[in-house]
Amino acid sequence: MEASAPNYFLIVGGVLFVMMNVAAGLIWVERRMLALWQDRYGPNRAGPFGLFIVLADTLKLLFKEDWIPPFADKVVFVLAPAIVMVTVLLSFVIIPFAPGIVVADLNIGILFFLAMSSMGAYSIILGGWASNNKYALLGAMRGAAQMISYEVFMGLALMGVVLLTGSFNLRDIVEAQRNMWFVVPQIIGFVIFFIAGVAETHRLPFDIPEAESELIAGFHSEYSGMKFGIFFVGEYLGITLISCMVVALYFGGWLGPAFLPPVVWFALKTFVFISIFILLRASLPRPRYDQLMEFGWKILLPLTLVNLLVTAAIVLMQNGNY
Amino acid sequence: MKSNRVILEQLQSRFSDATFTEQTTKDEIFTLWIPLDQVQKILRYLKYEIQSPFTFLYDLTAVDERTRNRSTNHVPHADFTLVYHLFSYTGNCFIRIKVGLFGEYPSAPSITSLWANANWYEREVFDLFGIKFEGHPHLARILMPRTWEGHPLRKEHPARATEMGPFRLWDEKEDREQEALLFRPEEWGLERQSEDSDFMFMNIGPQHPGTHGVLRIILQLDGEDIVDAVPEIGFHHRGAEKMGERQSWHTYIPYTDRVDYLGGVMNNLAYLLAVEKLAGIEVPERVKVIRVMMCEFFRIASHLVWYGTFAQDLGQLSPVFYMFSDREKVFQVVEAVCGGRMHPNWFRIGGLSQDLPKGWETLVQNFLDYFPKRLKEYDAMVLKNSLFKARTKGIGIFTLEEAIEWGVTGANLRACGSDWDFRKKRPYSGYEFFDFDIPTGQNGDCYDRALVRVEEMRQSLRIIEQCLKHMPEGSYKADHPLTTPPLKKHTMQDIETLITHFLNVSWGPVIPAGEAMSCIEATKGANSYYLISDGNTSPYRARIRTPSFPHMQMLPYITRGYTVADLLSILGAMDYVLADIDR
Repeated sequence: MEASAPNYFLIVGGVLFVMMNVAAGLIWVERRMLALWQDRYGPNRAGPFGLFIVLADTLKLLFKEDWIPPFADKVVFVLAPAIVMVTVLLSFVIIPFAPGIVVADLNIGILFFLAMSSMGAYSIILGGWASNNKYALLGAMRGAAQMISYEVFMGLALMGVVLLTGSFNLRDIVEAQRNMWFVVPQIIGFVIFFIAGVAETHRLPFDIPEAESELIAGFHSEYSGMKFGIFFVGEYLGITLISCMVVALYFGGWLGPAFLPPVVWFALKTFVFISIFILLRASLPRPRYDQLMEFGWKILLPLTLVNLLVTAAIVLMQNGNY
Repeated sequence: MKSNRVILEQLQSRFSDATFTEQTTKDEIFTLWIPLDQVQKILRYLKYEIQSPFTFLYDLTAVDERTRNRSTNHVPHADFTLVYHLFSYTGNCFIRIKVGLFGEYPSAPSITSLWANANWYEREVFDLFGIKFEGHPHLARILMPRTWEGHPLRKEHPARATEMGPFRLWDEKEDREQEALLFRPEEWGLERQSEDSDFMFMNIGPQHPGTHGVLRIILQLDGEDIVDAVPEIGFHHRGAEKMGERQSWHTYIPYTDRVDYLGGVMNNLAYLLAVEKLAGIEVPERVKVIRVMMCEFFRIASHLVWYGTFAQDLGQLSPVFYMFSDREKVFQVVEAVCGGRMHPNWFRIGGLSQDLPKGWETLVQNFLDYFPKRLKEYDAMVLKNSLFKARTKGIGIFTLEEAIEWGVTGANLRACGSDWDFRKKRPYSGYEFFDFDIPTGQNGDCYDRALVRVEEMRQSLRIIEQCLKHMPEGSYKADHPLTTPPLKKHTMQDIETLITHFLNVSWGPVIPAGEAMSCIEATKGANSYYLISDGNTSPYRARIRTPSFPHMQMLPYITRGYTVADLLSILGAMDYVLADIDR
């Protein structure tokens, strides 16, 4: 699928445009949905259904003073929010939204995604470190431990899918699900990947690095204005990314009955998972940091390994039968 | 009383060289003056050796006696009096020990070696009266700022800002204030490092979402593990006790509302029970039942706030919204009955401000129908949630003995397995006629404290239902000259009532000289008003014993070794209100 040059720029621009707007729009979606589940109204004043709240928020953040605390490490402090933005946006490069709508059809797509999400951990660590604030430091330490651990299970959980397909290319993986979505054979892999994804985006119940009631805002306590806004949008981009990955890996990507175009199917499925992210936030308390680690290393890791082993054995058996 | 005789005889036989002076008070608490030089020995005897020992230091305070009108009250002469309230769980009785002190800035022996919770009480007395305690480990100001001049509860200290002259902040003073704000771990008794690690000091508060008010906790951290935690209180100190000394008996009622600001009229009750003992007023049955009903509504409202914010402290975002909307339903009833919401200021000396409104039964019945279903929902949402359990089970444990040693009361005490509830054991305001259970826990951890409180709400519903079914007829005010404001309808009939009415509403009622203490089971634990009247229109001394004060004092003891995240569980489960700590 070699796209011609103008078409290519259209796709890049389109993906970038859509993703940025989706992330911003999610702020409104989340606030309205949370409000719905919590018996209140949420933002409903600015524009139709309060939609312009996003615009208002963005304007407010843009016009705020671009404040860098005098005790912070200035270069790193500015760099940290940029890292999260760049790594998450780069990850979208490999997502096949529909046949032909993909920025880079990499044959190592999944590895690229894993590499980028590992890089994302830097933004938390550097942001927390550069803030020179004790809450931020604790948040950064928690974040570093959490993200590095959960990357392990995330990567291993994915490998089941890779084994079944025999490819790191996401388009191949989606195509391989024509007969059956991978969520069926890889149910354990899916559950673990999703949990790891929540931890990776540090959303409630795994928002331990920012734990509002303990560490106030954790690693981004000192951030304000648009630099805070970038962390904020980066978080929503992260949610979208993980949802896209889940859909592509386990729920047949763009595949679906023909009465809707493939890209719509992809968007719909992604939205379902985004909603689950928000529902999780509305319903669950936050575990303690050591409990989260224990859960990861003592329960998730053995489970992923077993899953991988069993999948490998089945694949081997099937191949032997050929 | 017979048991008092027994105590006195035992004391006299044991301490034959000491003189004990008995004082009669209006509240029938055995009151004994003991000599200063034997305080420690006698208190030790009372705590450990006497039959049915007084294991619980209920309250420790002082009175500045220097301007007291003694003509009406036969008490031994002293410049200051230290007052120890002890309580015996086995004997179910209080004893009030008084020690007379002489001189401008007297000192007394510290009893911190006897009771762990004496520490903060003695610091408070030092802070507010300037009385020194010899042998106290860290006698520093606790409620007032460190740079404060004078001791506010001394009679010569001005009660209002207008008596103090204009505020000026000259340069040296500003420097001094700034200097006092610097944090030096040594001043708080904290080491900077141990053999193998440098500690990190972190402030939780005074502005922090997890502290539910202006409270500062200095954490000494090794990684995320708490080596020590030092609470700093006093940010919310408004001098409620000092205000009592210049308000009339009647106009002090609204101030009590704001002590435990989630408890609403429950505070009025604690205060009024003491006033009514002093005045000798017996309130009609209807008043008692209405008071109980409104208090239980406020217990539910207070517990709902605690429930929601506790879940929120643990990261659960939604319950707080449901619980606050339920609290709104409670307030609908409160609003219809009292006209106010959080601070209704509705009880009066000898009765209530008004009778119940027409149609109150429907409102109450609606709430009784509505609320149990919601409580069940919350059980599934919060209490049965495995993450909630993981965060609260086995956290912040203390045993029953430790709880008594530190002066813990209320649900926190009952979570340790004791079924001590002052409503049952020492009934007031007619609680003896109600049928309800006392929920208890076994483990004394955060989870059990939560369980006990949730169950308490169900029991409160039972009490309210009984109030609804058996509301007695009658007057909403006692027919007594000191009832304030008195029943208006008599005033046009006879001159005597007219005069009392005029006096009571103009300069306020004159409560006969004497002393009395009430003790109620408030939302957070045992709450008391210890009032001294020297026959004036305002109290000579109004002491407020609040449950949150000793609870917060215990914090360092129960948080050591846990992590920062656990600290929030412990704080949440403690259920304190800053105004209740600082007054």
